[in-house]
Amino acid sequence: MTVNEALFNYSLRLGDNSLILSHRLSEWTGKAPILEEDLAITNIALDKLGQARFLLQYAAQLEGKGRSEDDLAYKRSEREFYNSLLVEQPNGDFAFTMARQLLNDVFDFFLYEELTKSTNEPLASLAAKSLKEIKYHLRHCSEWIIRLGDGTEESHNRIQNSMNELWAYTGELFEMNEIDSILIKENMVPDLSKLKPKWNNMLCEIFEKATLKKPEEGFMHTGSRKGVHSEYLGFILAEMQYLPRAYPSATW
Amino acid sequence: MEKKNPEDSFQVKIDAEEKIEPKDWMPDEYRRNLIRQISQHAHSEVIGMQPEGNWITRAPSLRAKAVLLAKIQDEGGHGLYLYSACETLGISRDELIEQLHSGKAKYSSIFNYPTLTWADIGAVGWLVDGAAIVNQVSLQRTSYGPYSRAMIRICKEESFHQRQGYEIMANMAKGTLEQKQMAQDALNRWWWPSLMMFGPHDTESAHSAKSMKWKIKRESNDELRQRFIDKTVQQAEVIGLSIPDPDLQWNEQRKHYDFGKINWEEFTNVLNGNGPCNKQRMANHIQAHQNGAWVREAAMAYAEKQKNKKVPA
Repeated sequence: MTVNEALFNYSLRLGDNSLILSHRLSEWTGKAPILEEDLAITNIALDKLGQARFLLQYAAQLEGKGRSEDDLAYKRSEREFYNSLLVEQPNGDFAFTMARQLLNDVFDFFLYEELTKSTNEPLASLAAKSLKEIKYHLRHCSEWIIRLGDGTEESHNRIQNSMNELWAYTGELFEMNEIDSILIKENMVPDLSKLKPKWNNMLCEIFEKATLKKPEEGFMHTGSRKGVHSEYLGFILAEMQYLPRAYPSATW
Repeated sequence: MEKKNPEDSFQVKIDAEEKIEPKDWMPDEYRRNLIRQISQHAHSEVIGMQPEGNWITRAPSLRAKAVLLAKIQDEGGHGLYLYSACETLGISRDELIEQLHSGKAKYSSIFNYPTLTWADIGAVGWLVDGAAIVNQVSLQRTSYGPYSRAMIRICKEESFHQRQGYEIMANMAKGTLEQKQMAQDALNRWWWPSLMMFGPHDTESAHSAKSMKWKIKRESNDELRQRFIDKTVQQAEVIGLSIPDPDLQWNEQRKHYDFGKINWEEFTNVLNGNGPCNKQRMANHIQAHQNGAWVREAAMAYAEKQKNKKVPA
């Protein structure tokens, strides 16, 4: 695999993650517990979509086969997506969505912080811009985690159970493959194993403030680095891709 | 010298185009009238998020998805300004939402129509937001200060919404045959309901006379409707779509378009809860509100704990 191919795949991995999380968050529109939160979730969905567009445009450019951001979003199939299993999990209740968001945001925070130092200019500049957004997302959702954890007995139980359930999807975030090895050598991307202690510490601090217990370590799901997903992704894509697939010659 | 009663000095102020502010004296009926109108407007923004939200996950390009998300976010924001404006009249947001759920407060009937295809997202932006703008531009001069200021802010964003809708329609109208058919079909279904958004004819309108005297409303339903028709007919011509009204024609004498009869029976039916989506829209709002109850309780409980922590022992 060339550096260029590795970069293409890495951009898809990051881009797909943002795109699918944006999709899940956008499903909350009109359904949040209060109107202010409806706006906040939509805003995060919009930021994630912006990141996805940048990354898919960059991937398309690296590939050099004339595909566009839309071709990559709308014309790839289930086995060609590389987002984490975590972000494709259904929204569940508000606690479940916030737990999913926290686990992802803390990871994104440390990842993008490292990417600002990338020797690859497009990734570094995207990271610098995205980091500001991610800091806001992280602050917003950690405040909710603390409120829910230290709110009522019901909210405490809901957020604790959500965290316990989603924990099994966090191992995968740190998995690396050939793509990582190639790009780490070029100082373009960080070694994910080095992010894990920081990720762990930040979560522990938030859990403590939220009076939550850190979930027990156990079995971890895997697959997305190879494009093997949960059944949920197929439905997301069926919905998202329906118009361009049904009318392939149309432009919108 | 004879002392003026408060209602007279209130009217003098209105006639002099001075704004009424929350702390000023106002007739109870003026207050009730405003609460009814502003809350209906706020609820419309919020319920209006549903028919458009219906298409976010299916938007046909990432750019279209981003624009639609931003637009729906704006609408939620408009709902917030309007709820705040309404709260200055001495009613809480909880009460307003309760009135919506009990059916005491209304929202615009237009949102009881379904968005069936992507072209409907275009039609909603072009026609529904287009009609709303005509009304809102006029309301920038409404006599109640907080409402007027909310309208000025909202109008700045609404013109972007209308362009977004028109752009979708224009792209589809010059696209494939199927796209053009979809666009025409959406125009056919949304045209008449959009005209109904301005409310009954002036001769039939229950709230109009008092609202005009108090300058809550500045122009009549029929004047606003005519303005909307005149500007929209030309926009349809530019993109090659036809307005579904065989009686539509330019009247050189009036310098306005004449148009066909509006089906007021349909209007009344939808208003009375029999539109295609009345039950669905309300059920969704109630469901979301109920599902969020434990979250709001948790936030209150947490805030309470924080407050207690700050009290020195």
